[in-house]
Amino acid sequence: MEALYATITGVLAACGLFLALRGRTFPVVVGLTLLSYSVNLFLFSTGGLNTAAAPVIDDHGGQYTDPLPQALVLTAIVIGFAMTAFSVILAIRVRGELGSDDVHAGRANESRENKS
Amino acid sequence: MPLLLIILLPLLGSLMPLLGSNHKRNTCALLTALAPALALVILLTQAGSVLDGEVLRFSLPWVPALHLDLALRLDGLSLLFTLLILGIGLLIILYTRFYLSPEDSMPRFYAFLMLFMTAMLGIVMADNLILLWVFWELTSLTSFLLIGFWYTQTNARRGARASLTVTALGGLALLAGLLLIGDIVGSYDMQVVLDSREIIQYDSRYVPAVLLVLLGAFTKSAQFPFQFWLPQAMAAPTPVSAFLHSATMVKAGVFLLARLHPALAGTDLWLYLVGLTGLTTLIYGAYFAIIRYDIKSILAFSTVSHLGLITMLFGFDSRLAVVAGVFHILNHALFKASLFMVAGIVDHECGTRDIRKLKGLWRYMPVTTLLATLGCASMAGVPLLNGFLSKEMMLAETLDTQLLGGLSWLIPALATLGSVLSVTYALRFVRNIFFDGPPREVAKTPHEPPWLMRAPVILMISLCVLIGLFPAITVTSLIYAAADAALMASPPELHLAIWHGFNLPLLMSAIALVGGVIVYLLRQHLFNFQRQFAGIDPLSVYEGFMQAIVKAFQWGLDALENGSLQRYMLWLVIAVLALAGSSLMEVSSLYGGKALQPLDGILIIGAGITIFAGLATACLHRRRLISILMLSIVGLMTSLIFARFSAPDLALTQLAVEVVTMILLMLALFFLPQRTPKESNGRRVVRDILVCTGFGGIIASLNYAVLTRPVSSISDFFLENSVPGGGGHNVVNVILVDFRGFDTLGEITVLCIAGIGIYKLLNRLRLFMPSSDFEGRPWSPDRHPMILATVSQSLMPIALLVSVFIFLRGHNAPGGGFIAGLVTAVVLILLYITRGVEWTQQRLDFQFQPVAVVGVGIATLTGLGSWLFGYPFLTSSFGHFHIPLVGDVELATALFFDLGVYLTVIGATLMILANLGKITTPHRPTTQSTTQKESS
Repeated sequence: MEALYATITGVLAACGLFLALRGRTFPVVVGLTLLSYSVNLFLFSTGGLNTAAAPVIDDHGGQYTDPLPQALVLTAIVIGFAMTAFSVILAIRVRGELGSDDVHAGRANESRENKS
Repeated sequence: MPLLLIILLPLLGSLMPLLGSNHKRNTCALLTALAPALALVILLTQAGSVLDGEVLRFSLPWVPALHLDLALRLDGLSLLFTLLILGIGLLIILYTRFYLSPEDSMPRFYAFLMLFMTAMLGIVMADNLILLWVFWELTSLTSFLLIGFWYTQTNARRGARASLTVTALGGLALLAGLLLIGDIVGSYDMQVVLDSREIIQYDSRYVPAVLLVLLGAFTKSAQFPFQFWLPQAMAAPTPVSAFLHSATMVKAGVFLLARLHPALAGTDLWLYLVGLTGLTTLIYGAYFAIIRYDIKSILAFSTVSHLGLITMLFGFDSRLAVVAGVFHILNHALFKASLFMVAGIVDHECGTRDIRKLKGLWRYMPVTTLLATLGCASMAGVPLLNGFLSKEMMLAETLDTQLLGGLSWLIPALATLGSVLSVTYALRFVRNIFFDGPPREVAKTPHEPPWLMRAPVILMISLCVLIGLFPAITVTSLIYAAADAALMASPPELHLAIWHGFNLPLLMSAIALVGGVIVYLLRQHLFNFQRQFAGIDPLSVYEGFMQAIVKAFQWGLDALENGSLQRYMLWLVIAVLALAGSSLMEVSSLYGGKALQPLDGILIIGAGITIFAGLATACLHRRRLISILMLSIVGLMTSLIFARFSAPDLALTQLAVEVVTMILLMLALFFLPQRTPKESNGRRVVRDILVCTGFGGIIASLNYAVLTRPVSSISDFFLENSVPGGGGHNVVNVILVDFRGFDTLGEITVLCIAGIGIYKLLNRLRLFMPSSDFEGRPWSPDRHPMILATVSQSLMPIALLVSVFIFLRGHNAPGGGFIAGLVTAVVLILLYITRGVEWTQQRLDFQFQPVAVVGVGIATLTGLGSWLFGYPFLTSSFGHFHIPLVGDVELATALFFDLGVYLTVIGATLMILANLGKITTPHRPTTQSTTQKESS
């Protein structure tokens, strides 16, 4: 199961990076979102993959999973949303100002422009 | 304390000239002179005890972790140098008053000069190796400012840059050397280091330490082959040159040799390296001083030569040599400072510094001629002047040295040659400028400078004569004390006298004088000889080297930084791959030994869906709508994964965020092209796929390695203290609002800032709004679908109630401010979707920015509140309360904090979405907006 979990994070990271390397703003935003899923899953898994061990203290005692990565990931999810929102709005603004959704839109007039 | 004042006064003095201005030149100069004059008085009150052999010390801890103390000492050596720095510095201030033209900013010059003086005083008084280095680098920086004072001139900028490059690089080497020494000794205290001669010299790190320290000293003192920066620094205003060449800057290098002499000197390495470098520089500088045409350049090379002489003396394995070196430092400072001032006067009066154009100035400035003649005579080592005394001591020492075994006779021979050359250039300086027929090609008629401009020269030349005539009563005690400190042992009995009887050194002096005159008469042959080597000069080698470096980096920059954002990211990722990959290779096995958990069908199906959706998001990215639908599947599956592995809070958060994200992306897509055109060529796609596969592989391997290794974390603390310490059963929530509350506060602040940033980004934005989708189909005419409106209206109160419930129970069960805030936000957004912006706006008549700000405010105030009760920031307290109908509730102050989180999340989320949605309202296209399309 660990291998399967690791595969998921790996695939999501690879897909996210692929999208982030595209030349248009929207796929880049989608790619960043996908990357953040992958990162969150990775971070979460550092506490171990335990079933039915939610870190909510009850009177019976028993097994609890590591709460710290969860706290980190929880805020990461919310901040990730803020980041996605900011970058997508930035993309909209760029489109509005420059009329293009190319990631190089603002540099079109530069002499050193030489896209790889 | 007096020691500290000696340094602090000039530092404060650097602010004084700023009180003056260019118009009140006298006031400005007087204000500047005040602080160093006071420092000099304080120094003189301390001088008596230092001359008696006492070492005054003062120490304040500064950065103990770096072994850096503000430790100062005043021994004989420091006294000699502080006297020179403050004394000559004061004369320079006076001279500058008349030298600078009205266009130059006088306050700026004086401020730089005072800073430089402070740094120099710091070097000579430092009682801590690191502190010494700090001041050392400060002199490099401040001399850069001084040399480049006329920054509009190319020469000045180039000279300043060369000096900074060479001396600052040398300074870095020095730091490394000093750290090594400190490491060997185990202390950075100067006294301890000076007392640890045996420990240092028997250590295996002695050789690198000495090499590094000498690199620092040689670059600073312009020793061969680093001499080129000093003549280049002649672009500085003449007062700067006079100060730099006499008492400061270049003397810092020889000061270091003297200061560390007790600890480092005496080995063969020191002997050969220091002695021979000094000898080489002595002759090299003297030769070039003869063939130069610029009078300042002549003086600069003569400085190089004299520094070589002093360096050579510190290299010799003899105590008397050190005495001679210290003595020559004093003598050289006096005559060289006055000669530079003379050069400045000549330049000032004639408008040129070219020795070929200057002639016969004695008619116009007889007093200056006399002063220059005396100064040059001292420089050449003519008897009855101070230069003669130390030069003869030097010649005597060269006779005693056994440096080269059977070839040791070479050293006195070469030293005599150096003396011959120095007589030549001194003679040339005086005769060609002041005598040698009537002047020609001089722009204006020269005359004597103002009396006060000449006064510093008169004073110093008088000192030269006085020391030359009566060495025993004028300077012996000072030299003795300085040599005492440089040797850390009693120097040999000192008999400074003009006449020692007929002996070999006297003969050598005579040879030097006669030979110098002969070489002077034959100088034309020397110039002809030198012409063959035109174009070969160390400066051009240095410049070429710098150009090559710049070119290499320019090439690298052009190759890497071509403006393509994708390429930057690719390089970054490749670098990460290389780093992470190489560290993974060091692990013997990826599998860490923890027992693997079994797979079951649900897991496999879930994983399959997730992977499929992830791949589909990437592969179908050109059809954007489908791509984000696939993305939402990934998000939902992530939420399920959290739920499966005991993270209910995460699952809830992810679910709520997923909804908000999808609405956001849908809305954004409305304003952006619906499809991505095909742009990437096949090669590029293959390249990206390869890199991404590698990236994914590394991430997966790392994750697997982490998962199969036993976990040990600090979480036991949280689990144990959550209930007794934080008053909550939901450990994740307690961590967020209590244990790590400060982090969360930072986080909601960021969220709030992001929301405000987005609000500003959307401000007055005019966008193209398509009236149909990419296939030309118009949007649905049904703006607010009836069913959705009806269902959501009845859902809304329940949903709000749920969010309150989630918020309240968050401390003890899955839930909390983040999740509750997101749920509330979703409810309000649903309202916008079903009813439209206008309708909602009329009913929700408030802005969301204040909500977010108030949220952050409440959270902060909760934290500050604990200060009222004398607890640290964000301390929480809790108690049990009985609420009717709800039952026994455990309430903590952390709840207020969570309320802040709740409000911030609502405010920020709606700031983002509602504002984006609002853009569609002012001039909505004829058909519907995306929001309707999604909901229908």
